[in-house]
Parts: sequence; C-alpha cells; structure tokens
Amino acid sequence: MIQADLNIILPEVILSLYAMLALVGAVYSGKDKLAPLLVWLTAGLFALLAFWIAGSTGPSQTAFGGMFVDDGFARFAKIMILISAAVVLVMSQEYMLRRNLLRFEYPLLIALALVGMMMMVSAGDLMSLYMGLELQSLSLYVIASLRRDSVKSTEAGLKYFVLGALSSGLLLYGASLCYGYSGTTLFSGIIAAAGDHHAPLGLLLGLVLISSGLAFKVSAVPFHMWTPDVYEGAPTPITAFFATAPKVAAIGLFARVMHDAFGGITADWQQIIALLSLLSMFLGSIAAIGQTNIKRLMAYSSIAHMGYALMGLAAGTAFGIQALLIYMAIYVTMSIGTFAFILLMEKDGQPVTDISALHMLSRAHPGRAIAMLVLLFSLAGVPPMVGFFGKLYVLRAAYDAGLAWLALAGVIASVIGAFYYLRIVFYMYFGDDQDDNLDRTRAPVLQTVLFVSALIMVVGIANLFGIEGAAEAAAATLVR
Amino acid sequence: MDSLLLSIVTFAPALSAVILLIFARGEDEAAALVAKRFALFATGATFLISLLILAQFNPADPGFQMVEEAEWLLGLQYKMGVDGISILFVMLTTFMMPLVIAASWGVKTRVKEYMIAFLLLETLMLGVFMALDLVLFYLFFEAGLIPMFLIIGIWGGSDRVYASFKFFLYTFLGSVLMLIAMIAMFAQAGTTDIPTLMIHEFDFADMNVLGIHVVGGMQTLMFLAFFASFAVKMPMWPVHTWLPDAHVQAPTAGSVVLAAILLKMGGYGFLRFSLPMFPVGSEVMTNFVFVLSAIAIVYTSLVALVQEDMKKLIAYSSVAHMGYVTMGIFAANQQGIDGAIFQMLSHGFISGALFLCVGVIYDRMHTREIDAYGGLVNRMPAYAAIFMLFTMANVGLPGTSGFVGEFLTLVGIFKVNTWVALFATSGVILSAAYALWLYRRVVMGDLIKESLRSITDMSFRERVVFAPLVVMTILLGVYPALVLDLIGPSVEALVSNYQTALLDAGRGTQIAASH
Repeated sequence: MIQADLNIILPEVILSLYAMLALVGAVYSGKDKLAPLLVWLTAGLFALLAFWIAGSTGPSQTAFGGMFVDDGFARFAKIMILISAAVVLVMSQEYMLRRNLLRFEYPLLIALALVGMMMMVSAGDLMSLYMGLELQSLSLYVIASLRRDSVKSTEAGLKYFVLGALSSGLLLYGASLCYGYSGTTLFSGIIAAAGDHHAPLGLLLGLVLISSGLAFKVSAVPFHMWTPDVYEGAPTPITAFFATAPKVAAIGLFARVMHDAFGGITADWQQIIALLSLLSMFLGSIAAIGQTNIKRLMAYSSIAHMGYALMGLAAGTAFGIQALLIYMAIYVTMSIGTFAFILLMEKDGQPVTDISALHMLSRAHPGRAIAMLVLLFSLAGVPPMVGFFGKLYVLRAAYDAGLAWLALAGVIASVIGAFYYLRIVFYMYFGDDQDDNLDRTRAPVLQTVLFVSALIMVVGIANLFGIEGAAEAAAATLVR
Repeated sequence: MDSLLLSIVTFAPALSAVILLIFARGEDEAAALVAKRFALFATGATFLISLLILAQFNPADPGFQMVEEAEWLLGLQYKMGVDGISILFVMLTTFMMPLVIAASWGVKTRVKEYMIAFLLLETLMLGVFMALDLVLFYLFFEAGLIPMFLIIGIWGGSDRVYASFKFFLYTFLGSVLMLIAMIAMFAQAGTTDIPTLMIHEFDFADMNVLGIHVVGGMQTLMFLAFFASFAVKMPMWPVHTWLPDAHVQAPTAGSVVLAAILLKMGGYGFLRFSLPMFPVGSEVMTNFVFVLSAIAIVYTSLVALVQEDMKKLIAYSSVAHMGYVTMGIFAANQQGIDGAIFQMLSHGFISGALFLCVGVIYDRMHTREIDAYGGLVNRMPAYAAIFMLFTMANVGLPGTSGFVGEFLTLVGIFKVNTWVALFATSGVILSAAYALWLYRRVVMGDLIKESLRSITDMSFRERVVFAPLVVMTILLGVYPALVLDLIGPSVEALVSNYQTALLDAGRGTQIAASH
C-alpha cells in the first residue's frame, strides 16, 4: 500500500531528496562555489520532472487515503510550475552572479518551494493543503530577503512574512471550521457534508476564510497589499519567480479547493470569486497607471491578470477551469518574457527599474524594443497577440456561466489597463533622441528568453501550441 | 479549398514586412531607399494579384465566393471570402496602398520601420474585409490599431502622443464592447461563422435590463454593442472627436490610410453585421442613427467652416460625408445601400487625394495653417488644377464620383424619412461652402506671402501618385455602373433578407410599405 502511495508522489520525493542532498553537499564543499552548477542542475531536474509528468498519462489516482491527488489538472499545473521555474532559474544566473547574489541556497530554496507548490495543486485534504502552502511560503519568505544587506529586500521579506502569516492564520481558522462542521479534513468528506445546496453556516464561514487566505496567495484585491512592495524589494530574478510559478500554484490550489471541497455549492462561492475578480481587474489596472517603477507596475499588472484568471474560476464550470489553465499558461509565458526584458535593463552596469530609462529604446536596441512591444500588447490583450486569446477564453467562460456583467467589467478594465502598457510603448518609441541609453548588456540567455516568448505571442495564434486540448482534458478531471 | 488567392493577397504584405524586418540593414539613405522601393514593389505586386480576385469574381452571385476555411481553436475557424459588398473594399485597399507608399517618399526618419508598419497595416485591413469568422474579423479589426498607433505616435506631428493615445483608447473601448456581443452571439448561435450568423435569428423578445425596458431585446443590445465599435470607427457624431486629432497629427500617408480605408471599416461593419444579423435591433435604432447622421452632416460641416488647419477641415468634412453613409445604410433600401457603398469608395479616393494635396504643400512649407497660404495658383498651376478637381468632387459636383454617392443616399433616405433628407441635403450646400472657401483662400488670389515666392510645382513623382486617383474619381463619376453592377446582387440580397426578417418578426410594415 505504502509502496503504491510513494510511487504516486515519486516526483515530489525525488525533488525533496535532491534538495536535501544538494544542501548537504554544498555545505561541505565550499558553499557558493557550487552555486552556478546547482542552478543548472536544479533547472535541469525541473525540466526532467516536467517531461516525466507530461509523459505519465495514467488515470487519476489518489495516495495516502485521498490526501494527495494525482489527476490531469494537477499534472497540467505541475508542468507549468516546473517549466516556468526552470526558465526563471536559468535567467537569473548571470544577473545574480554579477551582483554577487548567487548563493547556493537560492536554487535549493526554489526547489523546496516547488515541492510545496506541487503539493498544493495535488492537495486532497486540508492538512496536505496547509503543508504544501507553508513549505512554499516559508521558502519564498527567505528568497524574498535573499539580498541580506539591502533594506528594501529585507523589508520585502518581512512584509511578506507578516502578512503571509496572517493569511495562513485566516486559512487555518477556516480549515478548523470546515473540520468542525464536516468532521473530516478530506475534501471528499467536506463536499459530502456541504451537500448540493444549503451548506451549514459554519462551513460557509470556513469557505469564506479559506478563500481569503488563498486570495492572499494569488494577490487578489483586497488581499494584494504585499505584492507591489515585495515585487519592488526583491531582487529582479526573484520577482520574476514570484510572478510566475507561485501564482500558478496558488490559483491551482484555489481551483482545487473550490471544486473538490465545495463543488456542490458553486453558487455560494461564485459571488465571492466574482467580486475578487472584479476588484482585482480594476484596482490592478487603475493603480498601475501612476507607477514609475517597472517592477511595481508589473506587480499591479499581475494583480489585474489574476483578476482575469479568477474570472475563469468564478464561472464554476469545466470550461471555466480550462480557460483558467490556458490563461495562466499564457500569462506565465508573457511574464517570463517581460521579466527577461526587465533583467536586461542596465545602465553603467547597475540595474535600473525606472520606466523613463526606457526613453527611445527603439533607437538603441531595436530588437529588444520590438520584442517588448509584442509582449506589452499581448499583456494588454490586444489581438492578434496570444494574450487576447487568454482573455477571450475567460470572457467566454464567464458569459456562458451567466456572469455577463463580469465579462463586461473585464473588458472595460482591459481598456484602462491598456493605457499603462501603451505608456511603456510611448517611452520606447515616441520620444526624441538622447545619448543616455541603456547598456548593451551581453546576456544571451535573457535575450533568447525574451525573443522566444515574444515569438510565442505571435506564432501561438495558429493553435496555441495545442494546449487547448490538454487544458480541456485537465479541466475535465477536476470538474466532473 | 481550391484556391488560396485571398490568403495570398492578405498575407503578402505581412510577409514582405517580415522580410524587410529580417533582411534590411542599416540606417543610411541607401538602406532607406531600398526599404521604400521594396515596400512599393510589395504593395504594387499585391495590387496586381488582387486584380485576379476581381477577375474571378462573379458579380451575379450574391453569396460569398472564393471561400477558404480551416479549423482553428475554441471552435473558431479561419474562414475568408468575398462578396459584392466586400470585394470593392478589398480592391480599394490594394489600390490605395502603393499610392500611400509612393506618397511617403519624403519620410526621413526610421524609414524601414515606417514601411513595415504600413505593410502590416495593409494585411490587417485586407483581413477585416475578407474575414468570414467573427473572431477572425475582430482579430484583424483590432490589430489594425497597433500599427496605426505607432504610425501616429512615431512619425506624427508635435502633439502626436496625445492623438495616438486618444485614437487607441477611444477605438479600443468601442471594440471591446463588440467583443462581448460577439461572445454572446457565439453562446446563442453556437458558431462564429459569419454566413451562418447572417441567417441566424437572434432573440428579439423585449426584455428588461437594470429596470430599463429594451425593445428588441438581445438584438438591440447586441446592435448597440456593435454600434459602439463601428460608430467610433466611422466616426459618427458625437464620438468623432478622436478623428480630427488623429488626422492632424498623423503623417500624410497615415491620414490617407485613415480616411481612405480605416474609416470604411465602420460602414462595412454595419453592412456585414448590424443589418443582416440584428434586423430587429437595427430597425429599433434606425431613427436614432438617422438623427445622429443628420447632426453629423450639418454640425460637422459647420465646424469645418471655421477651421484654420487644412487637415482638420478635411477631417471634419470626412465626418460629414460619413454621415451620408450611415444614413444610406440604415435607409435599408437598394438606393440607400448602393449609395452608401459608393460614397465610401469615392470618399476613399477623394479624401485620400485631399490629404495628399495638403501633404504636397506641407512638405514644402511645413505648415497646415490656411492663413499661411494664398495665391498658389501663380506658382503651382498643376497643383491648383488637381486640388480643384478634388475640391469639386468633395462638394459632389456631377461628373465626379462624389455626386453619385451623395445622390443615391439622398434618394434612399428620401423614400424613408423626408425630414432627415431635408437636413442632409442642406449639408450639400454647406460642404460647397467650406470646400470652396478653403480652395479660394489657399489657391486663388495674388501671391502676397514672401515665403511662397519660391514654392515649386508638383514633381513628377507627385503627379504619378495623383494620376490614378484622378482617373478613378472621374471614371466612377461618369460611369457608376462599374461599381453598381458589382455590388448590386449582394445589396439586393441584403435588403430583401432584411425586409423579410423584419416581416417575420412582425415589425416590417412601416418600412415595407415605403419600399
């Protein structure tokens, strides 16, 4: 029995063992010397695991009495998490090496965070949910303050930790209520106790508190306050990481809890999610307008994007989950490309994050500027870029589920949001010439990532690289 | 799928743009010349290939021809085709683009990017007129904003940033509402295939939305959502305010494309979507559109009278002329719609030519102020003659294409609503007033201004650019059947489907009686 269970969680076991062994190995062999090697090794392992999971096409199975679920949805999310983390790791190496930030703990903490994330999207029980969530969060708190001698970075870490602890508390309280009113921590037990409608009031309260805790993790309004500060304070490669894999994991967990544990009472949580989505889209779009720091701007942009992803969840249908998965896949690809661009922003060897530094970038670096142009229009959801199709899917899902008002609000928010993306285009293209240009940083990896993701945004419109069918199959395993 | 002709024509310019992007190198004048020549060659070749479409087109068939289709994601399809309504817009686009490129020979900065932007724009505009799938249409329709935004923003005048943002956000807001309506149509009809949707009957039972009683129900709501997009694009009063800004700030070629082709997308949209798909919604809103059109014709003509900037004057005159188009379309009879299409085509040639006329003297004097000119006829006789022709065509002088369109739309509207016809006809007088007054102030009189003493007449290149436009304006003016025979059957089918749908819905009596 235990053998079969362990087989199911083999990818997680391998990743944990690797992280611990590498930790010990690095400590005994002169610490940071090994760091560059470890980065590549970790990224390679992520990619390998992603391929492995992509290859395992078996039916849905559960381990440890239902605490761990391995189904198509979990696999889809895990592949996204692993690949995006691998790319971000590879991207960050040059940057961190040059700034003397590359400690051997960095790839290993990310590996541990990934174990947590993989647990999260596979959680079938409130306990495994919490274990995964905390493993992920604690690793992230440390990573956020990786630059120990920087006030901003430590501030970011501390803020993230304090607010994160608060949200964990909310979530735990909700979990305890759910346990109290259903007598079990298993999702399958909770869904039975909740029934099809008229769930007990305590259970509803538990649902609300758990949603609040999870909304914090996906940085949905009104639980978004930490996002801009953490994005700004953390070193840029780490911000890139925060914007991608943890978001996928958190929203995957959100979908998992809502459908597996509360799937019978869709109407009760639909309105909560719809409101979170509405607020996130508008706040993200409006607050980003005034930003001058591109990392803060991306923070608000990610809040808005989470709003759109939540729109798919709010639909409460299998198509909604499919839309959510496609949206997240597109969002992650766009984000990685955008952060590759931000990592390339340097003046006299120092990183700059002020948008005005992009002044007339199209003259000094035409290639970079055009790639960023494509990514920005994609982020804004302007066709023919792939970002538009992400929006189309979630809007369609929301409309079909009777949330036409939410879809309408979504498109209006996207017009407001278009303004700040256009503002970056304005800096890059519309100015007058000047000499004060950004450095010609030689960073082949970053440039490749930037161009590949921009290319994906254009070429992907042919068939979205076939993820439509994969996402549909994945959604079908979650919503039955 | 036996022929890929439409796709070839659509994507040839984009492919050329990619070639230019990858292979063209350098910033010097030689590189710029290569880029210009290549773009001219590409657009010219596209025009020649597009003549094949015209040759293969069977005017007697009112349906879609040369249809190509392929599966796409989300149950959408890649489907292209032309019918009598769209084919002439396709031809207008391919015809204008080489002229636009040739008119841009004087561009000095970032020539390669300039040409790429225009080539991409051509692909997107052609796609709009050929797409037979809702989302594919939306894709092309919206994507056109990106190159135009860059064209205004990079190569525009002094206040270009404001104009480009206004242009983008204004049109984007209108279009996203249309996107929601498209999703609603997709949900209701289960397909995004335009020919299928044109015969699908959408719900028109009255309904209440937020306590407001909506006559015509979903159809009216969908109509309004599409209207938001097309009215901005058209542009109709009162959502026209982006146009004068965009025109004034855009480079000459940008203005020409904007006036000659981009504005036609709104009218094309009304004909392709609003009338056939939401007949009840259209009928409910007809009077509303009439009022807006009449206001557009009279009000913007008056506004044009007081302009001091030549481009602004022509921009306002465009709004007024588009007023005839919307009026003709919603008259929903053969003459009205024939006239509207004709008016759009002829306005494409005339307004394009007028913006080129402004461009000619702007290139020499670098000002568009009307007061800065006067007496140009003394130094530029050829220019004066050409400007004269297009001023007259703009006024609607018989013998030019401008007359046919105006006359037909007025006949169409007269059969439906005499009062609107009355106001619209007064616009003809007003247009004569502002156009002739403009001509008098710029071209006639004595050459007093010192700065104009050394101005030179049109170069050979400029004359070559104008020649096709002159030919088309006069040809269509004296032999309108050239166009009307092509569009006739499709328009007839459109009108009869519309009237039948209204009769079926029990709403057709009023218009059918006057038909």
